[in-house]
Amino acid sequence: MAKPIDQYTWKEIPIGCVVTEPGNAREYKTGDWKSQRPVVDKDKCIKCGVCWVFCPDAAIYRTDDGYYLANLDYCKGCGICARECWTGCIKMMEEEK
Amino acid sequence: MSDKRVGMEVSIALAEAVRMANADCIAAYPITPQTHIVEHLSELVADGKLDAEFVPVESEHSALSVCAGTSAVGARTFTATSAQGLALMHEILFIVSGMRLPIIMAVTNRALSAPLSIWNDHSDVMASRDCGWIQIFTESGQDTFDQTICAFRIGEDRRVLMPVIVNLDGFTLSHVVEPLYLVEQELVDKFLPPYKPLHVLHPDKPITMGAFGMPEIYSEAKKAQDIALRDSYPVILEIWNQWGELTGRHYHPMETYRMEGAKIALLTMGSFGEIAMEAVDRMRERGIPVGLLKLRLWRPFPFDDIRQAVQGLETLVVLDRAISFGGIGGPVCSEIKAALYQQPKRPKIFSFIAGLGGRDVPPEQFEEMIEQAMKMKGKKKVEEFTTIGIRG
Repeated sequence: MAKPIDQYTWKEIPIGCVVTEPGNAREYKTGDWKSQRPVVDKDKCIKCGVCWVFCPDAAIYRTDDGYYLANLDYCKGCGICARECWTGCIKMMEEEK
Repeated sequence: MSDKRVGMEVSIALAEAVRMANADCIAAYPITPQTHIVEHLSELVADGKLDAEFVPVESEHSALSVCAGTSAVGARTFTATSAQGLALMHEILFIVSGMRLPIIMAVTNRALSAPLSIWNDHSDVMASRDCGWIQIFTESGQDTFDQTICAFRIGEDRRVLMPVIVNLDGFTLSHVVEPLYLVEQELVDKFLPPYKPLHVLHPDKPITMGAFGMPEIYSEAKKAQDIALRDSYPVILEIWNQWGELTGRHYHPMETYRMEGAKIALLTMGSFGEIAMEAVDRMRERGIPVGLLKLRLWRPFPFDDIRQAVQGLETLVVLDRAISFGGIGGPVCSEIKAALYQQPKRPKIFSFIAGLGGRDVPPEQFEEMIEQAMKMKGKKKVEEFTTIGIRG
């Protein structure tokens, strides 16, 4: 977006609130909603990618060395990855810790 | 202008107006008393007389949802419904107006259930009053035909981009055969250019319509929508003027009848205007200075026209065809009262409710309203509203 959403006046809103810039939801960092974050134990991880498949927010990415980590800018801390992980290598940790 | 006058059922005339407007898509579910409109349109499409997609859907919720989709991809879109059907569309009514999709809809006004009634009153559209659509009421068959064509032009105007409801009274108008002038296709083509949407949903240039509105933006979005609806007013007048120049038939937000020197006026919406004229004529013959105001434009609400029209009046009698249960009574009257509240000089206003669920309101009852209002005028305390023609 040209400027942050809370700086638009009512006169500047596109007619019908149409969003003409595809994919700009990326600018909205939903990661700060979470109260828990997934932490991966790389010794146990078998790089199967099941967490990547199940993540409902497509917040998990593949690293160059083949591991799967959560992008904490978008991860909402739902814990589905930890629940689905075959080896139990993902643990949900409280955000404040 | 065609000077050939033809006898035609008003529903058929409305459908012919949609044909002449060259609609691209019609999605509708049949409901009494709207059926003749969509039946005729489906025949026109099947017979190749209108090059459009006719989408028969399983509900009115789906009808308007399909319309939202086809309008979003840039198709000139029409639908029609009534009563329970309009109620089932309720959710989508607000989505369409918020997305500024210029869908045109005919509502053959009918009472809401329960008890089940297929007959005419205005309870259906009054329950959807705040849906953000431009709303027009028609009085005659000619009026309905003309307003349907004008509605496309108004809604699609780049300065407007709003959905439009054309209200016509179920049965008392929709099923009546009236003599009316149809216009030449050439005139409609000149008056109504092809729809050029501002935004089009297309994979070549992806955009998002109907996106999420965070608390940081929702209030601004609603303010913009309200101002846009108010700002449609001068465009509506401009388009009606153009239609008047082309056809000789002129339309105004507030139509007046025998208001010269009137001290008392009746105010109606829809087809009852014609009966009220009869009552006004009779009372004028008896020397009573009565006139008639016929409100055509319901949204945007024509505040200035109303304030102008009541100047010099001592008494105003407003007829409502719907009840706001447990509240002020008549929704039209409550808005008229609110519009005049701040005026330094205003007439005494009396709210009457009649003609619910297909009950006739003959001229004598309009006269009765005037007589009752005259009696109530001197009283210190009057009820919020008075019902007419109800037993007991």
